[in-house]
Amino acid sequence: MGNLRRIEVSDSASVSVIRFLDQKIIDPEAIQELGQELFDLVERDERKKLVLNFENVEFLSSAALGKLITFDKKAKRSEAQLILTNISPEIFQVFAITNLDKLFQIKDSEADALAIL
Amino acid sequence: MPSKNTTEKIACELPSSLSAYLDFVQEVLAKLQSLGWKKEVLFGIHMALEETISNAIRHGNKEDPQKKVHLECELSLTRFWAKICDEGEGYDPDAVPDCCSPENLDQPGGRGLRLIRAYMTTVEHSDCGRCLIMEKLLDEGG
Repeated sequence: MGNLRRIEVSDSASVSVIRFLDQKIIDPEAIQELGQELFDLVERDERKKLVLNFENVEFLSSAALGKLITFDKKAKRSEAQLILTNISPEIFQVFAITNLDKLFQIKDSEADALAIL
Repeated sequence: MPSKNTTEKIACELPSSLSAYLDFVQEVLAKLQSLGWKKEVLFGIHMALEETISNAIRHGNKEDPQKKVHLECELSLTRFWAKICDEGEGYDPDAVPDCCSPENLDQPGGRGLRLIRAYMTTVEHSDCGRCLIMEKLLDEGG
């Protein structure tokens, strides 16, 4: 794994838990980097069980949502399981408005996600 | 303490750079916060400004450094109003595919307009889609 600037990855057993390093995911270059770092996890590292923890995230733009959607597609193509957790009420509302709460598998906490992976 | 009828106006022109408008957005949010607007409402205004301005730069002006984004805001204790215009070719907002229909759900684009409409009280388009006018009204008592 190269140097990560946008995410932090910790492995427990066969599950990779990913945390965002930015509280506000807005800057286009940062979003580009974020996307590449996420895509590498499934395409290069071939990780199969992924938990994406949103605890640090206070704001994200639709451009960031676009990267998450592409990440989800790549994960499905690689037959990897992806679960989103710890989403604040404000961010969850963004997912609900755009119907993405129906696209992604979302759980309240990391523990809930680990229990089913 | 500003009276209910006091309206503060901000207007500026920004270059078509995707990082040039962040300070403007922060200035608007800070002024609304000083007027007593609550954090959860500011989240929606932040989202609407972010999506409107980035759409104007990316889709309207196509990041052409010769083109500007023109911004006007009016802020008061109970009303946020903004007009955002680009110098692009315009577009038909009704022709934007529904990002939330089942067949488009996994497509990466098209969510900005949906978010703007969800968080604002009213959203209008003018000048063949080159301008977007949006307003958020707070209920009496905030």
